[in-house]
Amino acid sequence: MNAALEVQALNKGFTLHLQGGIGFQVLRGEALTVMPGECVALTGPSGAGKSTLMRCLQGNYGADAGRIMVAHRGGLADLAAADARLVREIRRETLGYVSQFLRVIPRVSARDVVAEPLIDRGMDPEAAREHATTLLTRLNLPPRLHGLPPATFSGGEQQRVNLARGFAPDYPILLLDEPTASLDAGNREVVIGLIHEAKARGAALVGIFHDIEVRDRVADRLHEILPVEDAA
Amino acid sequence: MGAPLLEAANLQLRFGAVRALDGVDVEIFPGEVVAIVGESGSGKSTLLRVLAGAMEPDAGRVLYRDAAGEAHDVQALSEAGRRRLMRSDWGFVHQNARDGLRMGISAGGNIGERLMAAGDRNYAHIRAEAADWMGRVEMNPERIDEPPKNFSGGMQQRLQIARCLVTNPRLVFMDEPTGGLDVSVQARLLDLIRGLVAQLGLAVFFVTHDIGAARLLAHRIVVMRHGRIVEEGLADRVLDDPRHAYTQLLVSSVLAA
Repeated sequence: MNAALEVQALNKGFTLHLQGGIGFQVLRGEALTVMPGECVALTGPSGAGKSTLMRCLQGNYGADAGRIMVAHRGGLADLAAADARLVREIRRETLGYVSQFLRVIPRVSARDVVAEPLIDRGMDPEAAREHATTLLTRLNLPPRLHGLPPATFSGGEQQRVNLARGFAPDYPILLLDEPTASLDAGNREVVIGLIHEAKARGAALVGIFHDIEVRDRVADRLHEILPVEDAA
Repeated sequence: MGAPLLEAANLQLRFGAVRALDGVDVEIFPGEVVAIVGESGSGKSTLLRVLAGAMEPDAGRVLYRDAAGEAHDVQALSEAGRRRLMRSDWGFVHQNARDGLRMGISAGGNIGERLMAAGDRNYAHIRAEAADWMGRVEMNPERIDEPPKNFSGGMQQRLQIARCLVTNPRLVFMDEPTGGLDVSVQARLLDLIRGLVAQLGLAVFFVTHDIGAARLLAHRIVVMRHGRIVEEGLADRVLDDPRHAYTQLLVSSVLAA
């Protein structure tokens, strides 16, 4: 079986030009392989680079060196070298991402926030909204909120909208950044169920889970990120 | 993944000692929304005008590929040829609605005029389309016979957008489309543009100094300074992982709401 995601010799650092050009290295020679149906949890001390790796995997941060090979459209695409259009295509079809915080778009209802990635993938808008409603209901978002923009929702409610949006399309690869951070016990169980279903259909998952119990119930393997020693 | 809709190579333009465009290469693909950001005087509006053929560069070339796949050298087009392209394939939304509207004719006339220019001669159809487009840009279609001056700045901008989109363009140029409007009006207008662009699958070049607008609308961001592109790429990457000192300055200057 071929890997769904394979990170090879990934380097990522930052140069802060406004702070006198100081530079620091966050990832050096990072390597990670994730198979379909597998969930890998990133571990390591705070500040070691877990979130930086997640952002690189999503294409939100650009890699300085190395490759991020993604099984995409029956072939392999290198996300680290992809241009803007290819990154968008990979995000639309292959790679989903649940961030910790929802970026709220004015006037767009929770239901439409969730339906949008489905419509982008070509689903009929009515069917997409129906699917969105089902997922929001499963995540216990009160129906009266489905038609409202999430700007005024609580942190937990926004997080559930975010989760529904990420799990709505059956992405072959799913990145989860603290997916249960602001959820109560009941909704945590729902998310654990969604993760198990995603694995069962063959999705490859990479996650950061501060909740050890959740982590141990969903992760097949831990991948430790250690701080890079300062070469200076 | 197909050929670019518009591509420009090595654009140069000087105003006296000022290099307004200094070796600019840029392209846009069908359905892509590209924001050109930078401060006043960075050359971003000049670039937009050159891309749209409204201004001639000292050197360099702009190629537009029409629906049949035929490439046109925009600067080599005759004035009539450029006007034809403006009617059939392109749209331009000006910062100031007065520059894009005819203030002496009705709202419906402003929209209908574009359709007539594109060859529509059926009055009832033109009027129905105009009313429909007023609804789509969230204006009251019952005000179809009122002149633009009766509308607020935000509504005039909506009218300009309707006038631009009624002919189904493939490529739209927007110069600070929300500039000069109240913040609450800006947000609603951006939202409207976002929805229409996605629905119609338009390619849009838009100039803005508003980083928030770029994040909301753009797929890709081009950062200009002193007539040069200093950074270019995926919109969220340029904003969240800016490489160039000037982009870092632009991004860090935005107040988080």
